[in-house]
Parts: sequence; structure tokens; C-alpha cells
Amino acid sequence: MPEKILEVKQLKIYYRTLQGFVKAVDGISFAMERGQIVGLAGESGCGKTTFCNGLILRKKPMQYMGGKALLLGHDLMSANKAEMRKLRYTNISLIPQSAMDSFSPTKKIKTLVSDLVRQHHIEADSDFFRKVKERFAQVNLTPDVLDSYPIELSGGMKQRVLMVIATMMNPDLLVADEISSALDVTSQRFVCKLLVDFLRKKFVGSVLFITHDLSILYQIAAKIIIMYAGHLVEVAPTKDIIHAPKHPYTKALITSLPRIGVRFKDHKLRGIGGVPPKLLEIGPGCRFRFRCPFADEICEQKTPPVENINREHSIMCHHWKKIDRNEHEHSTKR
Amino acid sequence: MGKYFRKKVLVYLITFVLAITINWMIPRAMPGNPIQIMLSRITVTPDTKAKMQTYYKELFGLDKPWIIQYLNYWKSIFTGNLGRSISFGLRPVGDILSNAVIFDFLLMFPALLLSFIFGNKLGAVSGVNKRVDNILMPVFYFLTSAPYFWFAVILSFIFGMQLNIFPLGGAYGQFVLPGFSLHFILDFLYHWFLPFMSLFAIMLGQWAIGMRNMIIYEMGTNYSRFMEAMGSRRGLIRRYAYRNGILPQVTGLGIRLGQFIGGALATEIVFQYPGLGYILFRAIIDQDYFLLQGIFLFIILLMLVANFTVDIIYMFLDPRVRVSFSGGSQ
Amino acid sequence: MRSGKEISAYLKNHPNLYFTVHNKKVVLGLSMFLFFALLALLGTLLTPYNYSDIAGGSALPPNAKHILGTTQLGEDVFSQVIYGLRATFITGLIAGGLATLIGISVGFLAGYYGGSLLDEGLMMITNIMLVIPIIAVLVIISAYLRHLSVFIQALIIGSYNWPWVARAVRAQTLAIKNNPYVNLSHISSIPISRIIREDIAFNMFSYIFMAFILQFSGSVLAAATLDFIGVGPTQGISLGLIMRFAILAGAILHGYWWWMIIPGLILTLLIVSLYLINTGLDEVFNPRLREL
Repeated sequence: MPEKILEVKQLKIYYRTLQGFVKAVDGISFAMERGQIVGLAGESGCGKTTFCNGLILRKKPMQYMGGKALLLGHDLMSANKAEMRKLRYTNISLIPQSAMDSFSPTKKIKTLVSDLVRQHHIEADSDFFRKVKERFAQVNLTPDVLDSYPIELSGGMKQRVLMVIATMMNPDLLVADEISSALDVTSQRFVCKLLVDFLRKKFVGSVLFITHDLSILYQIAAKIIIMYAGHLVEVAPTKDIIHAPKHPYTKALITSLPRIGVRFKDHKLRGIGGVPPKLLEIGPGCRFRFRCPFADEICEQKTPPVENINREHSIMCHHWKKIDRNEHEHSTKR
Repeated sequence: MGKYFRKKVLVYLITFVLAITINWMIPRAMPGNPIQIMLSRITVTPDTKAKMQTYYKELFGLDKPWIIQYLNYWKSIFTGNLGRSISFGLRPVGDILSNAVIFDFLLMFPALLLSFIFGNKLGAVSGVNKRVDNILMPVFYFLTSAPYFWFAVILSFIFGMQLNIFPLGGAYGQFVLPGFSLHFILDFLYHWFLPFMSLFAIMLGQWAIGMRNMIIYEMGTNYSRFMEAMGSRRGLIRRYAYRNGILPQVTGLGIRLGQFIGGALATEIVFQYPGLGYILFRAIIDQDYFLLQGIFLFIILLMLVANFTVDIIYMFLDPRVRVSFSGGSQ
Repeated sequence: MRSGKEISAYLKNHPNLYFTVHNKKVVLGLSMFLFFALLALLGTLLTPYNYSDIAGGSALPPNAKHILGTTQLGEDVFSQVIYGLRATFITGLIAGGLATLIGISVGFLAGYYGGSLLDEGLMMITNIMLVIPIIAVLVIISAYLRHLSVFIQALIIGSYNWPWVARAVRAQTLAIKNNPYVNLSHISSIPISRIIREDIAFNMFSYIFMAFILQFSGSVLAAATLDFIGVGPTQGISLGLIMRFAILAGAILHGYWWWMIIPGLILTLLIVSLYLINTGLDEVFNPRLREL
């Protein structure tokens, strides 16, 4: 039985503002095992960045409201400062969204690396740097990058340096926050291959890949979590999400993906009308109801509970069974 | 490096030429004969007046064409001939000012350097420690808003007059001979301390406030967050923040030099410290034109040298400046 | 008349306003500043003397008749301070206003035509002016100008202090020029004036206002220092001039602290009030410096 690296249970993280709480992460639950790449997908503002930041570093006005996030048994939410510091980098690590300004402009790369690891009582000697250079070589970086200042590196190089630095201590969980979003397709592919490679070589124990691009997750993720307005509306193995989605939002996402070979005049590309709801002091009810073609009064009054379709597949929707049956009938009719 | 300096040096050169030109032009642009104007203001014996008239006539060369006068002026500048001072017994202006500048340097340079070092350190502590912040900031606000000379008066009053610890004026005692003797140096320091202190205290506040804000800003940047996410302690992050925050402080140093020099000159007046400020004070009262013109030049030179030094220091501190011209990114 | 609840709700919906009103520094600074402004405007009603009138005995310490004492010539120090404050305010407003205006114009032009010859030229001028200290300029001017009024001095200071504002405005203009808002205007049909008004103006306005406050205090300090050295106005009175006369009369040696120290204290407190307002506003617009 593969080891459970991350167990999130009913996690709630809100933002405290003058006008009340913004319920950005409102009771999410899922788990990750060693050796897995799990994709967290959703549109901008759905709470995925809040979540991944909230796991590692919570700063005002972000506020932990309830639930648990167990990393190898340690609760990340109730750990004190010293415990968290120890867990960071060694057990859980993060590749931040912007490689551009994640570096201090006045320090050389090697200074940064040695300072970071020394904080965890690792000696940054020639042995250590040999390992660093090996990893650099894996990502097509030359050793002289170590002696450079960030200004001397291109954006792509900085991205790769960041990937190496973040994984230097072989963390059990690596959170990759939209690392492919700003890249062209070729670089995207390269970065994804790197992640799979790192996983295989056991440089990282598991990867939580945050993105809004389902097509990438299709290629590398074992499991996909669909997040919408602070809720996990559907969690399932990748092939189920892509080929047999049950939640209306997921379905809409899949159909809005362009398919190779399909022309516009044959099949119009459909987006999802509307925008996500504002999360400030949002009340009960399904948060997708404003854009859902199947919504009714129940969706407005009651927040849908998390239902397990099977051991691997969970969903938050009042009417998923009905919708599923209708579709079945339609497809069998044809 | 080349481009960075080329622009700056150009600015300095133009400024220098502009200053000299203005200096040359103004007396000639005033209505009337400049020599007569000057001489009409002083009261000396008719004999001396005649001597001065001839001297100045030669110096000014008013009978020659303008371009020759201009070039002659440049020549005289480079030979150090800036005329003679009427308020200091007809001593050459160049002499008087060169001596004064040495005293200025001895006062301004340590004040600038030490206040910068300690001010920034205090500001950094203030930026991360709320208690220190609440105690120190009001003090620094007050100091930063106070005019240099007024604070000088307060120090002079309290420590000089009332408590009688420090002398009230001059750079050294009446009966002490300047030289490199220990006696002189100690005496000098004794006189130097209060003017130094008043400059130091006020600048200290300025740097501290600046660095405090920079530290707060830098510790909220993405690189700070990244380091914290990687499990670094606040001390390390603060060191990185400090290293970045010092850059705009150095730039600020360059910008504040003008205000600082003005304040230092005023402070010298309060303490009768024989730098440019005190000389200026006398020159204004005596309407000593050559001296005033000389002071104008010297102040500008002082600014140029100071600015240039700051630029060099900045270049060493900011890798982005250094690196952009040696190859660049791959 | 809005109820307390309505006002409080309105404030909470406009966070900037809320923070401004609740910011201790802004409130304190503004109160102090208004106090001095009132004093400068109406203070003459409080005293029967003009600043050069011989009002009483020579060099009297503060007493019932002269609350700030008298000078060596017998002038009332309190009256001098009131008139001096007026001159200070005039200088601050004129010099500060002029410097801000010139600075905005130059900075905006340079930024808008960023990279062009105009930009380079303007920046060259700006850098040159930054290197020449104002004291030098006034040394030369006062050496040859027979009469200098407070007004003219303010004009000179104002036409001299703008480089700092110009640089800052230029940087802002460049940032806005490359801002997505502007590009949005080009591809949508929203006229750029509306974008300027609604999105950019508020930020710029706060920035410019803070710049003006800094210019005000900078000009006032510069004027005081120049007056003290002796290159100040040849007529009228200002806080710096009061202190100059005090020093010339040997106030330190004779212990006339009321003559020398109090005018300076008032000047300092005025600058402190402006500084408080500025720092407070900075906290309002820079949430990081804020506490929630």
C-alpha cells in the first residue's frame, strides 16, 4: 500500500478583510500517495493558489479557519513556527509561480543555495555543490550558472534553477504552482518531462501540480482535482475526469478544450458563460449554480455534500445521478 | 560600466563648464563696471583702492574681446588664480578656500559615513522590531525635520554654554598651533565634536527612516516569501533584504548631498568652524565678490566629487549595473 | 445629515478613505499643520506689534507681556514668529507648488516621449540641476542682486527644486505607458481619458499630493537655511531670518534662548507635522506598511 504523503480533511482558509471573510478555501478534502502526480485544476480565483500558499506559508490576511492538512502525519495547520520551518524545504517544497522575482538581485545563485540549505543544517561543501551541478546538468544548465547573478540569466534559465533549488533536499511533496502557465508549448513539455523525471529518480516523493490547463494534466497526472470557488467539485483518476466527467463544471471544461483535427465549422468551441461568484461572506448553496444549466432551488439552498461515486471518485453535486442518467439515455437513443 | 559612467561624467562635465561660465558671466552681465561696483562697496584707503583697481583691471581684462576674457578666465581657474579676498586681508582666494575645504572634509566625511552606517543599521532593526520602532521612530522624525543649524544651536547651547563641556567655536584653541602634534589633534577633536554630532544626529534619523521602510518593503517581496517558504529564518531574510535595501539608500545619499552641504555650511557658522560655511558667512557680510565666486566654484566642485564617489560606490553594490555591460545574459 | 452607521458603512466600502481617516499619523499631522496655518493666517490678531516694532525692553525672557520674550533691539519675538510663519507658508506654497508643477510637466513629457531625444535632453538637464546645490545658486544670485523678497526667493527655490519630482513623475509615466490599461484602450473602444480618470488618476493624484507635501517641507527647510546663512530675503522677516539676527547678536553667548531656539522649534514642528501626514498617507496607499 503506497504511503499517504498528504491528507487534507475539510480544510478551510479564509481571507480576513474589513468587510468580512473571503471564503477562498472552504472545506476541501483529498489525499496524495507517494509516487503520484496529482493535478489541481481550476480557473483564476478558484482558490488553488490560496491553498498551496496556505499549506506552506500563511500570512495575513490569510487565516486558517478549520480542518487538517497532514503531511506524513504532521498537521501543517497546527504546527508551530519551529516545526514548520523544519518541514519546509526538507519535506514540503514549492516552486513559486513567478521565477522572475523569486531571486534576490544582489546575491549570486550559489550564495542563495548555500544559505538556504545551511538553514537546515546541511553543509554546503564541494561535495554538496557537486550534486547541485549534477542536477543542473539534468535540466540543461551549465555549472557557471552558480556564479551568476539573477540578472545574467534568462527567464527560462531562472525557472529551471528554481526547479533544482526547490528539489535539492528531495522533499516528499513538491507543490508546483502554475509553473507552465507562462511558457510556450515546447518549454511546457520540457518542464513536465522534468517533473516526471524527478519523480522517477526519487528527487521528489510526490507532486501537486497546480494549473488551469487540463491538457497538461492529462499527460502527467494520475489523479485530477477540480476546484471551483473554494470547493473541490470533482476528484477522480485522470482518465475518468477526461473521458467520463460527472460534474457539470468538469463536463463544461472538457468540452471547451479544443481537439486536434477538429475545425471550427464542424464543432464550435464553447466556453462557460458567466464568472465565478464573489467569495466575500458567501452563503450556502452550490457555488456553480449561477452558471450551471441544471441548477434548481435545492442547489440554491443547500451546499451539495461530498459524495463518493466509488473509492477513487468523489463529487459535489445534487443532481449528478440524474444528469448522468439523462446523458446515458441520450447516447443510447442515438 | 561604460554606458553608466559615460552619462554621469557628461553631466558632471557640463555642470562644471556651466558653473565656470556663470561665474565668469554674472559680473559682466550686471549693469555698470564690475570693478567699480565692487570697489564702491568697500572702505579702504584710497591708496589701496588704486592698487586694487589696477589689479582687478588686469585680472578682468575688460578691454579685451569677450572670447579672450572667457579663455583667460579658464586659464586663471586652472592656475588656481581666483582673485584676492577683501575680507581676509587680500589673501588669495584659492589659498583661503583650499584650507577651508580641508576642514570641511574633516567634518563632513565622517559625519556622512558614520551616520549612514549606523543609521541604516538602526533602521533595519526598527523595521523588524516593533518595540524599537515605536521608541526610535518619533525621535528620528523629529531629528529629520529639524534644520541642521538649529539643532547645532541647541547642542551648542546645552553642551557648550550651560554644561560647559565643549567649546563654542573655532576648530582649535586660540593658542594652539596647527600641525600634526597630538596636542593639536586632541584639541581639534575637542572642537570638532559638537559640529560633527549635530550633523551626525540629524542624518542618522534620515537614514534610519529610509532603511526601515525599505526593510519592510523588501521583506514583503516574492524572493523573501520564497526564502521563507524554503524554511529560512527571519535573520537570513533580513540580511538579504538589507543588502537590497541599501541600494536606494545610496542613491538617496547622492540626492541628499546638496541639502547636507547646505546644512553643514550653516552648522559651521554656528560653531565658527573655519570651513566654507564660515568663510561664506563673512564673505556675504563683507560683500566680497571674488571670495563669493570662489566659494560658488568650490561648493560645486565639492558636490561633483561627492556625487562621483557615490556613483562609484553604487556601481560596486548593484550587480545589475556592473553586469549589463560585460557580456550580458546568455 | 448622515447617520453614524451610514458614514461608517461608506468608509468601509472605500478602504482608502477609511484608512486615511483612521490613521493616527495623518490625523495628528493634519491637526498640527492646521494649527500652524491658523496661527500664520490669524495670529496677527493676537498681537498688537509689527515684527519690527520696538515693543519693550531689550532681550527680555518670556513674560506676561511678551510671551516669547524680546530681541536685543526690543522687538516682540512672538510677533516676529507670527509674521515669520506667514513668510514660511508663502514660501512653502509657492516654492512647493512651482516645483511640483514644473516637475510634473517635465516628468510627464519625458516619460510620455520616453527614450526619445526630448527625454534624454530633459533628463540631462534634470541631472545637472540635481548636482548643483541650491546654496551655490543663491550665493551667486544674492551676491549680485540688490533686493530679494520672500516671494522672489520662493520662486527661485521652486524653480530649482523640481528635478526630484520630475524624475519620480517620469518613472510613473513610463510605468503607466507600458501598463495594460493603456493598451486596453487601444484595442477596445474605451477612450483613454476615461481610463485615465477612473484607474490612473487616483493613484497619480495621491502620488502628486505626497510629492507636493515633500516639496513644501523641503522648500521651507531650504529657505530657512539660506536665510540663516545670509543669502535670504533682504526685506521682511522669516523664521530663518529671526535666527540669523539672533546669532549675529550673539544669542548663544548671552543665553537668549527664547530668541534663538523657539522659532526653530516652531519650524521643526511644522516640518514634523508635514512629515507625519506624508508618512501616514504612505501607509494608507502602501498596504504593507499598514497594520490590520
